[in-house]
Amino acid sequence: MSADPVLLFDYLLGLGDDRLVLGNRLSEWCAHGPILEEDIAVTNMALDLLGQASTLLNLAGQVEGKGRDADALAYLRDEIAFRNVRLVELPIGDFGFTIARQFLFDVYSFHLMDTLQACSHTGLAALAGKCVKEDRYHVRHSGEWVIRLGDGTEESHGRMQHAMDKLWPYVGELFQPDAADVAMTAAGISPELSTLRGQWQLVVQDVMGRATLMVPAVVTAPPPGIRRGSHTEHLGHMLAEMQIVARSHPGAKW
Amino acid sequence: MSNDAKSGTDGQWPLWEVFTQAKSGAPHEHAGSVHAPDAEIALQNARDVYARRGEAVSIWVVPTAVIAATSPSDTGPFFDPASDKAYRHPQFYKVPQGVRVF
Amino acid sequence: MTPSNVAQPAADDPIRVAAFEGRIAAGETIEPKDWMPERYRKQLIRMMSQHAHSEVVGMLPEGNWITRAPSLRRKMSLLAKVQDEGGHGLYIYCGTETLGVDRHDLIDQLLSGTAKYSSIFNYPTLTWADMGAIGWLVDGAAIVNQTVLAKCSYGPYARAMLRICKEENFHKRQGYEIMATLSKGTPAQKAMAQDALNRWWWPSLMMFGPSDKDSPHSAELLRWKVKRKSNDELRQRFVDLTVPQAHAIALVLPDPDLKHNTDTNHWEIGPINWDEFFNVIKGNGPCNRERLEARRRAHAEGAWVRQAAEAYAAKQRGRAQSTAA
Repeated sequence: MSADPVLLFDYLLGLGDDRLVLGNRLSEWCAHGPILEEDIAVTNMALDLLGQASTLLNLAGQVEGKGRDADALAYLRDEIAFRNVRLVELPIGDFGFTIARQFLFDVYSFHLMDTLQACSHTGLAALAGKCVKEDRYHVRHSGEWVIRLGDGTEESHGRMQHAMDKLWPYVGELFQPDAADVAMTAAGISPELSTLRGQWQLVVQDVMGRATLMVPAVVTAPPPGIRRGSHTEHLGHMLAEMQIVARSHPGAKW
Repeated sequence: MSNDAKSGTDGQWPLWEVFTQAKSGAPHEHAGSVHAPDAEIALQNARDVYARRGEAVSIWVVPTAVIAATSPSDTGPFFDPASDKAYRHPQFYKVPQGVRVF
Repeated sequence: MTPSNVAQPAADDPIRVAAFEGRIAAGETIEPKDWMPERYRKQLIRMMSQHAHSEVVGMLPEGNWITRAPSLRRKMSLLAKVQDEGGHGLYIYCGTETLGVDRHDLIDQLLSGTAKYSSIFNYPTLTWADMGAIGWLVDGAAIVNQTVLAKCSYGPYARAMLRICKEENFHKRQGYEIMATLSKGTPAQKAMAQDALNRWWWPSLMMFGPSDKDSPHSAELLRWKVKRKSNDELRQRFVDLTVPQAHAIALVLPDPDLKHNTDTNHWEIGPINWDEFFNVIKGNGPCNRERLEARRRAHAEGAWVRQAAEAYAAKQRGRAQSTAA
């Protein structure tokens, strides 16, 4: 059964926007990292995510068929049209918060892409095949850092636990199917998000255990009315900055 | 290894030497150094610093402190004796003209 | 380089110095464990650490525009470029460490304000066109410098430069491409490009340092092949390369005296405002304070991360020992 193109477009936007917003957030660390080596490492992840976003949004634009490419979608949409989860748009916080958020997202993304690379949409499957390699490394990097910061000093442990506690309420959204998810699962594209949550939990619990961090609670559904595409107040500020040059010069080429 | 040197201080972590293999079958060659608190992070840092343009298929990292090296004063006794052993090189041996040896 | 924490060198044995200079004259490369005059070591530490600091501080003015880059392609190129600068700082710090100093101490010198870095990074990046101008002019000037440094007499520095030159190839191109695109864009874009060129042209010429007759270290560094060409020679080379590039994209260099000398086939520039140069070096540039503050903040805010990783490594070693016992 082939997917409804409108819902497929929505679905691809969700995938692309998650990575665009998180990549842009991560890029804020460039030149401000805790040590030169890690500055370079975080930038590598940001570049991977932005590259993924770019190809996913281009694919979304093709599916939509209205001549919008990745740049048009990234730079000329308002915040309410963004389909990312709230988790990725939160400000970067301290390095512990950034790493904790990254890890929680990386594990989700890895398992999602791992399934998508065998999905019935050949274009998306090929894209996912590339993403899954990058994501596997991201999980390794952010996971090892969660362990070091969790099981490092008293201060680092406290900061990591605090970061996890703060992030936890945002995790449920990753696994809360919306109309696009339901349609994609039915079309044999997207995995069941409940299955994904099971895989995610195993890895997250294992790493947090090794990091001597307490898993806050079971992942619950997001608060009523919150779904993919709901936003915090932070996204608007991020987009205002991200889009300012492009929007100030309508039609200009860069 | 002596990588406790800066423990507890605001150090930049111990130094590691990085060796990268450009393609399978090629030797690992010295690429440079990175700072890292342990071997896993040293490998990751080496990957991000010295292989971000696809320059490597394999990486070794070695704590700089454990590398033993010859010193300039060794140059004579270590290496000169090898320079007059012409019989170790193929050019030492004559081959009749016109014959292709391998 | 702070003179305070460099041990006063014992007077070097003149026979060894002569032998050392003989090796340099013969074109040999000096390696970390080779004997070298204290003064050579000191000069290299000064030059290399300044170079490394410049790469790292140089991440800031361009880093300022990563989140505002006007297309995804530009965002990724800029991010990759700024990241490369971090990598280049890293290579050169490691090269400096082979001379017996710790990166820790070098960074302390930067943060305490006793070390110098290239003054160009004390200018602000005001518009997107500055990303073009920096890539084209600042990286263009750096490449001219570094191509020559890749032949310097100290092996680790030369090897770092070789790697850096290879990687920096794209930096200048991406900058020039930005300028070319803006120049043939909307009137606002073209004005932006011209304005950026006006602001960055003279500072980029100053990057080569004072004229040879006013450059305190030049003669010695040239004799030791730490420097291979004089400041003025390198500056001239940069000017000759850059002027036609500006003409090709219809931008005007902000120098009314600029003229082509048909006898020498060189472009001759008007007088450089060295007062401005020395003033910025002294710390009175538009962004000196901000740049150092940004580095200090990153360093201070990262301290707990660096400490945690060390603490974890120590715990792991302890665990391994108790398992082995």
